[in-house]
Amino acid sequence: MENQLIHRMKVNGDLAVLDVNSGAVHLIDQTVYDILGIFNGKNDDEVVAALKDRYSEEELREILGELHELQEEGLLFSPEFDVPETFAAEPVLKSLCLHVAHDCNLRCKYCFAGTGDFGGKRELMSGETGRKAIDFAIAGSRKRRNLEIDLFGGEPLVNFGVVQEIIRYARKREKETGKNIKLTLTTNGTLLNDENIQFLNENRVMVVLSLDGGKKMHDTMRPFPNQSGSYDAAVRGFKKIIRSRKGWNYYLRGTYTHFSTHFADEVLKMTEVGKEISMEPVVGTTEPYTLTEDDLPVLFAEYDKLAAEYLKRRRGGGEPFDFFHFNVALDNGPCVAKRLAGCGAGHEYFAITPSGEIYPCHQFVGREQYVMGTLDTGIVRQDLVKKFRNTHVMTKPECRQCWARFFCSGGCHANADLVNGDIAKPYGFGCKIQRKRLECAIVLQALLTEDMKEGTKDMRPEIDNFKFQTGKTEEKQK
Amino acid sequence: MKKHIKTVNKAMINKTLRTGGCGECPASCQSACKTSCTVGNQVCEHK
Repeated sequence: MENQLIHRMKVNGDLAVLDVNSGAVHLIDQTVYDILGIFNGKNDDEVVAALKDRYSEEELREILGELHELQEEGLLFSPEFDVPETFAAEPVLKSLCLHVAHDCNLRCKYCFAGTGDFGGKRELMSGETGRKAIDFAIAGSRKRRNLEIDLFGGEPLVNFGVVQEIIRYARKREKETGKNIKLTLTTNGTLLNDENIQFLNENRVMVVLSLDGGKKMHDTMRPFPNQSGSYDAAVRGFKKIIRSRKGWNYYLRGTYTHFSTHFADEVLKMTEVGKEISMEPVVGTTEPYTLTEDDLPVLFAEYDKLAAEYLKRRRGGGEPFDFFHFNVALDNGPCVAKRLAGCGAGHEYFAITPSGEIYPCHQFVGREQYVMGTLDTGIVRQDLVKKFRNTHVMTKPECRQCWARFFCSGGCHANADLVNGDIAKPYGFGCKIQRKRLECAIVLQALLTEDMKEGTKDMRPEIDNFKFQTGKTEEKQK
Repeated sequence: MKKHIKTVNKAMINKTLRTGGCGECPASCQSACKTSCTVGNQVCEHK
């Protein structure tokens, strides 16, 4: 039985071990892997007795010596710790998600937003509400310099006039207050044109472009109201905006479902549109597209397949691409306080509806028991703020036992609430997928780091926290 | 120099128990609708 302070991983034949509380990662061989299935830091004789039929005692003792050295260096079996004082009791607002349009020109089959209306009426945010939201964000961010504003929907470009108004106001207030406001817009791409692309580029707006793989899959899941596919219109817009940015400042993101479990192929098809890619599992409960336990072996094999292709291309065997969830920084990741804060929903991050209601995040919109206030009243549900702030990996029993806790930071509260009716009970199915993709990410980045140390070109991905890169005149290349 | 183990990185999580918490890094949504920037997919803003 593996000790809970470590986690062993095997991805496509490469082996690694993570020291959970320090974040140290070691690439290991099969003998070390087997030893770490038994070793707890002090039971050397037990390890030798259990494995002496497979390995020589001399080799086992030599490896145990190396493992003891790692322990002394604080890189193996690092002890658990308590919530540090750096995790402040009082949160500061970091991000707002503005639902500028509860309406959409597509009818995606899995849309958590009820094809745009979030279970309510189709509604557009007014410029006045948008400006109030910017002021609310600036006030809430207090001394924090950075502030993130997401323009979201529905499809935000159906309300482009107000999008412009909000962005101009945000840039004006940014100058007046000395803040650094990062703007992101999520779009299905079908309404992108020269005019709105120019505006988004001039105003340094990151874009998240929704694409579900190749044409067949995308058209099946993301049709127009008349059921015709949206792929051609979307990709026309995506190629135009990606080209206009010389390959910088965007992500193509997709959703895979029970109908597209072989998602690795879809990701590779997406590389023909752009090289910055994210693809994630759909969340559902009983809908036909909902992923099932029976899908897991296929999904795990797909992550392995994608990992192998990702590595091959980065090692010179083709044109490299970024896969967002393989981006793990092994040496400059976030601090413990950040890892406890998790996604920030309900304490650092809020969503604003077109009518100005405040929710813990965009996924909670429409779940009325989670309305936290309005832009006129401010946040009145301080009890919810406290609850979200204190529901983290060290207070949730399942997370406390999980090796991945400092990387996933507890998963999505909205999914936990949707599936288990309790934000403190993680969405276990999602956790299984999260752990698999983290194993791939950690092993891949460990291998690329070793490649670099051995003198080959640094092919690790750039991890930039979604910062808009300005002044890039060259095409983005890896 | 270890023969069987290649250590990739140094301790990074528990080393920040006293130094972290500036709060300048972005929030990190993990849901399947935006590009879900899970905490593990971020870097520290100060390093």
